[in-house]
Amino acid sequence: MTGKKEQWGSRLGVILAVSGSAVGLGNFLRFPGQAAANGGGAFLIPYFCALIFLGIPICWAEWAMGRYGGQKGFHSAPAILGVIGKGRIPRYLGVTGVMIPLAVSFYYTFIAAWCLGYFYAYVTGTIGIDATMAVTEQTAASTQFYNDFTGTAGNGLMFGAGSVPTIVFWVLTFGLNIYLILRGLSKGIEKFVSFAMPLMAVCALIVLIRVLTLGTPNPDLPDQNVMAGLAYMWNPDFAALRNPQTWLAAAGQIFFSISVGFGIIINYASYLKRDDDVALSGLTAAATNEVFEVGFGGLITLTASFVFLGLTGTIAAVSTGTFGLGFQTLPVVFAQMGAIGPLVGAVWFFMLFLAAVTSSLSMYQPAVAFLQESLGVDRRRGTLYMVAICLVGSFMVIYFTEGAVFWSTIDFWVGTFLILIMAMLEIICFSWIFGIDVGWDEIHHGAQIQIPAVFRFIMKYVAPLYLLVVLVMFCITNLGTSIESIAQQPMAQLALGLIAVTMLILMACVYIGEKRWRAAGLDLDGKEMLPDWTPQAAAGEAAE
Amino acid sequence: MTIGGWILMIGSLSFVWGLVGWCYWKVLTTPDSTSS
Repeated sequence: MTGKKEQWGSRLGVILAVSGSAVGLGNFLRFPGQAAANGGGAFLIPYFCALIFLGIPICWAEWAMGRYGGQKGFHSAPAILGVIGKGRIPRYLGVTGVMIPLAVSFYYTFIAAWCLGYFYAYVTGTIGIDATMAVTEQTAASTQFYNDFTGTAGNGLMFGAGSVPTIVFWVLTFGLNIYLILRGLSKGIEKFVSFAMPLMAVCALIVLIRVLTLGTPNPDLPDQNVMAGLAYMWNPDFAALRNPQTWLAAAGQIFFSISVGFGIIINYASYLKRDDDVALSGLTAAATNEVFEVGFGGLITLTASFVFLGLTGTIAAVSTGTFGLGFQTLPVVFAQMGAIGPLVGAVWFFMLFLAAVTSSLSMYQPAVAFLQESLGVDRRRGTLYMVAICLVGSFMVIYFTEGAVFWSTIDFWVGTFLILIMAMLEIICFSWIFGIDVGWDEIHHGAQIQIPAVFRFIMKYVAPLYLLVVLVMFCITNLGTSIESIAQQPMAQLALGLIAVTMLILMACVYIGEKRWRAAGLDLDGKEMLPDWTPQAAAGEAAE
Repeated sequence: MTIGGWILMIGSLSFVWGLVGWCYWKVLTTPDSTSS
């Protein structure tokens, strides 16, 4: 439709691309914090429930919808949901599947640039934390470095003379993303993730081995040892399971973690061939993410913090949230590791940078694909339009840094709330409008594993209901205070304005695209099944 | 660490590593129709 048809080079390539999209800062920083704050090891029970009953089923639905839509000639969430949902309403609502990755990229690339900047600071020895000082002074120095580097003290600080390096790191990070996007799916994204993912695993393994062999580094503080650190993270508090917040936090973590509800998997899967497997590929991508999250994130972050900062210091670190833990506490922890500390710090932040870039790439790709197919332009021009939108959004994020209010507002409304809405839209379109009988058949077309039949029931009833409960609880818990805070914060209002304008632009593109697709004779309302689908085939699957 | 902590940690790690190992074994030992 817009020139040469793009495709993945190999199945492993697409699995690594989806895994790379899922593995991000949240795996190493958000997950351990959430677990520690919500029952320790007991958190893993609702966490795995959410993975099995919510994450993986929606993941399979996204893979199947993407591949099906791709066969109809579409590669973006609005167009594909129009096909699966059979009409205009899902198509327009599907704009959220472009809006989410695009708006999240406005601040995510900025955060990726912090990782690159911290890596550079470790390599050049300019992190500014003196291990001979008292830990409280080191923490103050680390916080100061973070505040200066991220400009949280006030708006416009990033454009002051002293903060030029942060902008340079952002330009490098954004430039790398755009270069890879321009190179295309196979030569850009796939090639990058094919070396970045294994490298990330090696980096994580190096840090893990170092952390697990720390023993009791300070004999004067025998309680601060590796085993006690693991106990802090993993000892269960089963009473937390009676708190609905624990279940909400676990479901939220799964959503942020495995990239469902973003509109990314739909886009990536749309470049698969008709007979390519989606069942095993989807499961493998989700499993890869879990290894980075539970296998590495669950063992490294809080254990290292506990060994050097003790119980009080680690509780304080967890309370500072994902970024406080990652960018303020861990540099202090690395400083306690002696001569090897800067090396471990460099490896750690390089790994986070790779994790962030493999994720940010997946945020740009859906927008480019959408602009290409809605406006009928080639990849180069689609990328140009996407860059224009991103420059405006990213400039606002980088300029309005005070208290991180601006990008936190986008993170809450787009990166959290809209994800739940998008996931609900997807599972309803797939299980109820497209129909679970057809959907089940579609997942198993070319599948290299047979999914247990119980998942058919889970996808039709359990996942939508589970998601509805999560959504309602989320609204009850958060919406009131969030709406109140908008009224008091001009920066939050400005962020919502940016979201609204971006949404309007994307809606206009759907309108233009709709006319083009209809004129081109494409089946944009999904009225006809693919030629190889027969009701008998679906009935046969249903009977199994 | 308590027994509960050990069980949850080893159980969780075994689950994720076992799942990923099985998945990649299946992926790498079955023909790839994506390769062109």
